[in-house]
Amino acid sequence: MAPPSSRRSSGFSKRAQYSVFTGYVLAALGAVLGLALLALSLWQPPALAPLRGGANDVVSPVGEGTAAVRSTSNDVWDTISAFWNAGRQNAALREEVEIARIRLEEAKAVEQENERLKSLVALSESQIEPVAVARLVGSTATSSRRFAYIGKGRSEGIEVGMPVRSARGVVGRVLEVARRSSRILLLTDTESVLPVRRSTDETVAFAEGRGDGLLRIRLINLGLNPLEVGDVFVTSGTGGYYRPGVAVGVLSELTPDGGIARLIADPSATDFVSIEPIYEEAATDSALVPTETTLEEAESDR
Amino acid sequence: MRDTLGPPPQRSASRFSGGINRTVAPWRANTVPYVSILIGSLIPALFLAPTMPLLPPLGFMMLVGWRIMRPGFLPLWIGVPLGAFDDLFSGQPFGSAILLWSVTMIALEIIETRFPWRGFWQDWFTAGLALVGYILLAMVVSGATLTSYLFLAAIPQIVLAILLYPVAARVIAWLDRFRLARSRRVD
Repeated sequence: MAPPSSRRSSGFSKRAQYSVFTGYVLAALGAVLGLALLALSLWQPPALAPLRGGANDVVSPVGEGTAAVRSTSNDVWDTISAFWNAGRQNAALREEVEIARIRLEEAKAVEQENERLKSLVALSESQIEPVAVARLVGSTATSSRRFAYIGKGRSEGIEVGMPVRSARGVVGRVLEVARRSSRILLLTDTESVLPVRRSTDETVAFAEGRGDGLLRIRLINLGLNPLEVGDVFVTSGTGGYYRPGVAVGVLSELTPDGGIARLIADPSATDFVSIEPIYEEAATDSALVPTETTLEEAESDR
Repeated sequence: MRDTLGPPPQRSASRFSGGINRTVAPWRANTVPYVSILIGSLIPALFLAPTMPLLPPLGFMMLVGWRIMRPGFLPLWIGVPLGAFDDLFSGQPFGSAILLWSVTMIALEIIETRFPWRGFWQDWFTAGLALVGYILLAMVVSGATLTSYLFLAAIPQIVLAILLYPVAARVIAWLDRFRLARSRRVD
């Protein structure tokens, strides 16, 4: 049997030889083009963002559909697994409710005292209104970077840097904004760093993504490691992006310089996320001012 | 006793064909591979994998599959446009798939000229090597801080990609039968 045309060597035909050669040249040029674009987008990440944003604007409505399916299928699975453990769970929950009731009463007392103290110093509690509430419509499921997409963008007032949280805690922050979609840097990405503190005291640390779904807690004050497994970490508010006191992770393992924490707000289990305004815009702006110039000089330059 | 032979087939051998007096539809024969690769690039973006990379690079798998199973159909430079489309949704820095897909096409072309006659196991081996290389190189160029945890987290994805290649090959074979089905009426 004669081999198909693609498996035949080009032989003496000049035309066939040229077409093979041209193919190789074009493919090599394509590879060089790809290398150049790759270098550009690693060096200047926002350079090609509009392209990606436009494409995601088109696709995110499809993602809304799959997101709805995902949340229902999660519910079904939760129902089945809850049924399986019903008896044991019932007893455990009963005990937990008893304790929670006691704590609730205590909390009421603390709240009342808080109110009294606040009225003494004339502080008013300001409620932060979310900029938008959106569904997580998709993520980069094959890449080693951890991004997620939401189906709302600039037209809803979302801006780069805004914190994204679910009802349970911090999910990430907005990295790129297009007209009707935005890209979110999740906490588990290796480039994500979040200032946190232990919920019970003022032990401050950085929570860095490790790339495998866990957070690395690095204490700022080194020395004796005061952490214990089970400690809860909340945002400290440093840096100005996140408001303080939002849950981030639970410590699951100790290391010499801190520990390894699990996420509290697992994005795959959350349905809707809220995008909040940047907590202290002045702080994030001042972070952009180089250390050689004072803030007053930077203000007057504007 | 029951007749075990069953009724004679109502249609011709191919399930997709419309019978006699039909020929291959050219637009279908020429677009199905590209559309299937584009859809493969798009699907992973619709899944939520917040903790670690989970899905194999489906677009790349389809590209390698079509290249191996239908040699000569995809032009050598096709990695550029298809890779650009993949970069829009994969979360990789733009250009990484253009580069890696083009290099893959050249490498597969060289393998093709060196080993013109191959079996399925050999194809699986080639595709497996291509997938492992692609996933690791894509991780290197992704802009993430490279740690050992990142590589450990990629192992399930790599294993899944290699094990899924035969499934992808069956899907491509099915799409190929659909592509070449005699569906257009001859006037």
